[in-house]
Amino acid sequence: MIEAVNDLTLFADGFLSLSRNSLANIWFLLLAVLLTGYAILDGFDLGVGILHPFVARNNTERRLVMNSIGPIWDGNEVWLVTFGGALFAAFPEAYATVFSGFYLPLMLLLFALILRAVSLEFRGKVTSNAWRHLWDSAFFLGSCLATFLFGVAVGNMMLGVPLDPHHEYIGTFLSLLNPYSIVVGLLGVFAFALHGSIFLYLKTEGDFQQHLRPVMWRMYFVFAALFVVVTLWTTFTVPRAVETLHAHPWLWVVPILNVLAVLNIPRAISKGIEGYAFISSSCVIAAFVVLFITALFPFLVPASNDISNSLTILNASSSEKTLGIMLLIALIGMPCVIAYSAVIYWTFRGKVKLEETSY
Amino acid sequence: MELDLVFLSRIQFALTIMFHYLFPPLTIGMGVVLVYLGGMYLKTRDPAYQQAQKFWTRIFGLNFAIGVASGIVMEFQFGTNWATYSRFVGDVFGSALAAEGIFAFFLESGFLAVLIFGWNRVGPRMHFFSTCMVSLGSIFSSIWIVVANSWQQTPAGSHIVPMTREVLDEHGQRMFNENGELITAPWIIDGTPVMRAEVTDFWAMVFNPSTGYRLSHVLLGCFIMGSFFILSICAWYILKKKHVDFAKRSFRGALLLATVSSLLIAINGHQQAQNVYQYQPAKLAAFEGHYESDGSADLTLFGIPDAEAETVHARVAIPGGLSFLVHDDLSFSKPVLGLDQIRPEHRPPIWIPFISWRLMIGIGTFFILLTLFSYFLLWKGTLFEKRWIMWAYVASAGLAVVANQVGWVAAEVGRQPWIVHPPIVRGDDGNPILDEEGYLQYKMVEAALPDGTPYQRYAGLSTEDGVSKAVAAEHVAASIVMFLFIYMLLGAVWIFILNKKIQHGPDPPEEGFGESKTVNMFRLEGDREHQHRADAGLWDDTVQRDDTVQRDDTVQKTPGGDHD
Ligand code: HDD
Ligand code: HEM
Ligand code: HEM
Repeated sequence: MIEAVNDLTLFADGFLSLSRNSLANIWFLLLAVLLTGYAILDGFDLGVGILHPFVARNNTERRLVMNSIGPIWDGNEVWLVTFGGALFAAFPEAYATVFSGFYLPLMLLLFALILRAVSLEFRGKVTSNAWRHLWDSAFFLGSCLATFLFGVAVGNMMLGVPLDPHHEYIGTFLSLLNPYSIVVGLLGVFAFALHGSIFLYLKTEGDFQQHLRPVMWRMYFVFAALFVVVTLWTTFTVPRAVETLHAHPWLWVVPILNVLAVLNIPRAISKGIEGYAFISSSCVIAAFVVLFITALFPFLVPASNDISNSLTILNASSSEKTLGIMLLIALIGMPCVIAYSAVIYWTFRGKVKLEETSY
Repeated sequence: MELDLVFLSRIQFALTIMFHYLFPPLTIGMGVVLVYLGGMYLKTRDPAYQQAQKFWTRIFGLNFAIGVASGIVMEFQFGTNWATYSRFVGDVFGSALAAEGIFAFFLESGFLAVLIFGWNRVGPRMHFFSTCMVSLGSIFSSIWIVVANSWQQTPAGSHIVPMTREVLDEHGQRMFNENGELITAPWIIDGTPVMRAEVTDFWAMVFNPSTGYRLSHVLLGCFIMGSFFILSICAWYILKKKHVDFAKRSFRGALLLATVSSLLIAINGHQQAQNVYQYQPAKLAAFEGHYESDGSADLTLFGIPDAEAETVHARVAIPGGLSFLVHDDLSFSKPVLGLDQIRPEHRPPIWIPFISWRLMIGIGTFFILLTLFSYFLLWKGTLFEKRWIMWAYVASAGLAVVANQVGWVAAEVGRQPWIVHPPIVRGDDGNPILDEEGYLQYKMVEAALPDGTPYQRYAGLSTEDGVSKAVAAEHVAASIVMFLFIYMLLGAVWIFILNKKIQHGPDPPEEGFGESKTVNMFRLEGDREHQHRADAGLWDDTVQRDDTVQRDDTVQKTPGGDHD
């Protein structure tokens, strides 16, 4: 046992031959992977939360909606928790700068996530309409607010934020709520709502499922309109986003695939192959994350006031040693996580049914 | 009034961690009990075990949900409120937190789904496996967070070094030297080098001098919490003459765990206290209200500590008791380093550690007496008739919560004024070396500025220096109000639902897994359930009816009634 541990440590030392710079870049990519995992997985259950007051017509349908994500939402949220932990470990400067700089929005985000987490659990515990209504509203509010805030955060990171030489945020709360970021927030809400509506369609059957068709279409059109707006706006206000694409032309694959995936969603829905629509909406979300990080590279938090105050991937990163150890932890841990997550998703495959243990 | 950022951040951290820590001990403690019940069911196929497991699982799920909700707050709070601390420790501390996510949280939350929702979807073996994984996951998460906390109490496997950063040109582009290497430079702002702790030896960091003691202590505290929680509910059923067979059965099982854990935690706590004395003597002195370093040290039982006068008033003490406990010294006379040898600015506050320490040990001692006496009565066969004992058990769950909470309060407030406690300067014989003024010395680290001037700082971080600089005190005040509001709400709902579940009690034992697969089965079972709930006076048709369609009604009357 001890020897095995020693071997692992040696293996970890092997990573150390990678320079701090390459390790930091690897971790930048791994964080993008965690973020993509989170956005795709929690994306649909946030979307389901955003939609549920508008699609469920009675208590059974409401329970169907909630139970479609019942067993899996907690696991999905762990992607965010792990993203937080990994950001702390790999880029402590960025973790500190962003979380303390975005203090009030982050507190609102926590508020939203708490509401979401408990309302599923609480809702079914008392059979009174007022009670259910309370937690239905909390669930909706939590999902909406959380998604919107994620979008606003992404918008601000794209634009860059004012930082002092200590990497401390020197803007105000209101400067975070700029028009561009608000529109990105809305794009996030509708992207997840669309993603969630397709997921819900796949998990339900019969009359209720048919009732969801027009919902998917409506979400799609709003999303597509916002997609066009944000794309144009970004090309004009965030020159960095386009520069990276110019510097590495092969990266054009990503926006092109993104557009194709966006166009594939209506095709798949009208052809009745909703499974493909779900894959496409997942690809759209993944492409968003990739575009986001290519726009950032080589920065983590670009400073809008004085570029030399920016947090670059290297400046914000942990030591070579820690990055190497963390890589080892991730290489051991993540395959296990993916394996048993798959088993658990498989266990809960198929259409939702209300059972004795349901919410 | 001027709001104080440090004070408010401390209040907020204390509030949120203490709320969070209401739930993990229950999760960890009950998780072990669920594993036991699941295992016994697999072995004996006695439906009574499954009945018990289903009942406790429902309560477990409720705790878990609030534990998760309050845990997410903790994960982000280091960055939001303790940004400077995060910059300083991230290289060391972050990896433990990330490991917690990867190894523990995924495991718990994934398999929790099978544990709670999987009764009809997987076989008993897979269900048992999932129960084990959830329990293991919850234990893992305690391991990693306790490692992180222990490192900041007794740092090891790390050093404090100046940071370097890459240099950007005026266009924000990286610069390279002629060999194509990135150009980096020491990071110095206003003549002060920016320094942080970095890992040198990962395993030494993980197994720092206090991890082992603290981890075993925390886990025992969790087992105590889980077992006394179950004892408390069972004692209440016995007093109310409800579900008596079920209650007595569970009571006997939980009593064993409670007794063993209570005995072990006292032994382990004693060793932990000796370890505290080694690495954080100021903390132990504050626990004990111990001011005189000379001569034999008495053990204060009661008293009123007075930091100004540096003494304890109205003191009842065992002569030489502290000498004996700290040094295992049978002559009761070896001196113990007291607060008089700690620089005034390095002394922790005394009141809170002094009181919380006494409370924890008092409760621990009470648990030992209570459980041992219960075994005596059990042997005489009169345990369940003694109503006062049963009432004592009803109250004991609350005491276990208090002990867990004040244990952390003592440990954390006793660490003040440090957020990362610096090591003590020792001689070759391992004893602390005092400075010229006779005070204990904490280790310093040095760095040279480019112009050659030396720079010195403590090899630790004070709590004051750990807070976020980008955050306004008013914002923290606002978030405290938000947390107070939402936690009071959650706490109230938790107690309300818990009470409902306890009132409802366990469902009658039923056979096996994988039976009530279809809605039609529910109709049959639903009728039985209807009867069962009508008996319990819980069935209220007027409440039950709402906007649901006809089809819904058959679904609603499911076994496990309160889930609709
Ligand atoms: C049910 C809970 C419980 C009970 C009955 C006890 N403890 Fe405890 N104690 C804890 C729960 C706890 C804790 C919450 O788990 C703490 C907080 C931090 C830690 O390491 O464990 C703790 C801290 C803690 C510390 C401080 C550790 C540090 O600062 O590094 C010491 C020395 C002891 N305990 C010793 C004892 C002794 C001698 C007990 C005698 C019966 C005792 N505890 C009972
Ligand atoms: C791991 C990083 C941690 C940091 C940076 C940290 C920091 C702090 C700080 C700054 C305080 C305020 C102290 C004061 O008011 O005097 C505090 C209090 C407290 N912490 Fe920790 N802590 C950590 C971990 C934990 C953990 C894992 C627990 C366990 C549940 C815990 C339990 C407590 C408790 C109960 C208090 C309340 C003390 C009071 O009443 O003020 N802490 N902590
Ligand atoms: C300041 C320190 C802490 C942080 C940052 C923290 C973080 C978290 C997070 C993010 C979760 C939710 C995980 C999920 O989504 O599934 C959680 C839950 C949990 N934490 Fe904490 N935690 C802290 C203190 C502690 C301590 C001291 C323990 C035990 C000794 C502990 C044990 C647990 C357990 C068992 C859970 C599972 C859910 C439950 O509460 O029942 N945590 N924690």
